[in-house]
Amino acid sequence: MSVDRLPVLKTYKLFLGGAFPRTESGRSWPIEGRKGEVFAHLCLGSRKDLRNAVVAARKAQDGWSRRDAYNRGQVLYRMAEMLEGKTAEFASAMAETVPGGVRRARKEVEAAVDRLVAYAGWADKFSQVLGCNNPVAGPFYNFTVAEAMGVVGVVAPKEEALLGLVSLLAPVLVAGNTAIVIGSETDPLATALFGEVCATSDVPPGVVNLITGKREELLEVMATHRDIDGLAAAQCSKGERILLESGIAENLKRVTIEKVKGKDWYDVEQMHSPYRIQPFVEMKTIWHPSGS
Amino acid sequence: MTRITVDKVAVEARAASFTTRSIKQSAKLQGLGMVVAMTDLTTLEGKDSAEKVRALCRKAICPDPALKSVPSVAAICVYPRWVAEAKAQLVGSGVSVASVATAFPSGQVDLKTKLRDVEDAVKAGADEIDMVIHRGAFLSGDYTVVSDEIRATKIACGAAHLKVILETGELETYDNVVVASELAIEAGADFIKTSTGKISPAATMPVTLVMLEVIRRHFLSTGQMIGMKPAGGIQTAKQALHYLVMVKETLGDAWLDPKWFRFGASSLLNDVLLQLHRQETGTYTATYDVTES
Repeated sequence: MSVDRLPVLKTYKLFLGGAFPRTESGRSWPIEGRKGEVFAHLCLGSRKDLRNAVVAARKAQDGWSRRDAYNRGQVLYRMAEMLEGKTAEFASAMAETVPGGVRRARKEVEAAVDRLVAYAGWADKFSQVLGCNNPVAGPFYNFTVAEAMGVVGVVAPKEEALLGLVSLLAPVLVAGNTAIVIGSETDPLATALFGEVCATSDVPPGVVNLITGKREELLEVMATHRDIDGLAAAQCSKGERILLESGIAENLKRVTIEKVKGKDWYDVEQMHSPYRIQPFVEMKTIWHPSGS
Repeated sequence: MTRITVDKVAVEARAASFTTRSIKQSAKLQGLGMVVAMTDLTTLEGKDSAEKVRALCRKAICPDPALKSVPSVAAICVYPRWVAEAKAQLVGSGVSVASVATAFPSGQVDLKTKLRDVEDAVKAGADEIDMVIHRGAFLSGDYTVVSDEIRATKIACGAAHLKVILETGELETYDNVVVASELAIEAGADFIKTSTGKISPAATMPVTLVMLEVIRRHFLSTGQMIGMKPAGGIQTAKQALHYLVMVKETLGDAWLDPKWFRFGASSLLNDVLLQLHRQETGTYTATYDVTES
């Protein structure tokens, strides 16, 4: 006698400090598929989740920035490998909620893999591009190096949820920063899935923290949190931009809002540039007695 | 003395039940202020110096200049050699000077040296003495030795308050904690204190609950109030609030007073200040929002 097998559905959770907790608020969030049916329930992250994420990110930051640049590149490349292996899963899940079908979704996942590989390559090279030797009058060797900024908040764009998230995240990570990501609220599924990529890629716990939730609840908290050192965002409305910029001005942090949308996310020329790392580093100039 | 056997499972379950209360908004604010006022701000390190002690005293008087409503802490707690320095800094501030004595933290010297240690601290101006019991004697069953040492120390203290450190992390069982607490109270302790902070585990909620219950039974049979000081391992404002809930629900409001309940801590104060900043400004804080020591 054969019995129909019950499918085992995935519980989508947050990714904080290297673990997959449910939201502290206990709230869930029904995600509709393209035909209006409920496709999944995600965690509706709260400001306390964000606070916990900052604690985890701060704890992980020193260790991550002390890693060899080469090793950070290896970890990013590993993320690319893991995402590549999950292309089909990502594509079919994303096609459930985003117009354009599996073919479009697949193209987005592949572009995200390529983006990770591109920034993995920059890991031990961007410092040579952004840094410099400075001629000075005197027997000194004077040079400027790029150092990690610290803990960076990432506000992923609403559309191209996966590619946009990865595009904002990769330059932040490669410079030795740790990140707290608020995923797309129109298509949060990719964010919920991306934790599985991070968890299997030797990304140290706390280096990447992913929250699914509503911008209107989380943006202000992220902008005003004094332990976040900088922000990377994209596709913000005027109101959201004002909220981010005024919130962050209170504690003198830097916010970078990329004006990228649609096809631009696939523009390799623009999106693989090392100068996209620049907003997330602090320049340190060193005077060194040259001795000759 | 009636021997009591502590139900380990029940004590731990009851202690855990105090951590589930929701304390928010004004109650939280009030609780946090109370925690500050009950703190014995402590530095007991080999690297303590005059400037470290002075900095600690300044912080004790005014924990955070940006938060006007925050009270001073109850006391600062230092080694005997820094008592005079601390006393000079704290004069007129209302903050007491507590000093560990009796060859803290091990207590492994003869009684004569211990008493000399106490007398020196009192002479230098200590208002409170934190002594350690002779755990070796206690665990060997020589309760009289332990008791006599506490009595002698109490006499050496004169007008200074005596806190007796049981070092519960070395006493092995809750039953032993009960016996040691009763011994200390009977021998003249004004306060009983869990730990030196040098041994792990230091203060835990269950062990503090066991000691609070001894204080409660002593009060019910004699009418005399004894103070309680958990020390070591209490690092967050949230933990401290859990302790306050436990004190309130075990001993009642009378003990929610710096005169009867203290926290021995060094990093707790900063976490409380960060929480108060958060309540005041509405934004989440960074560690650099408060001073280091």
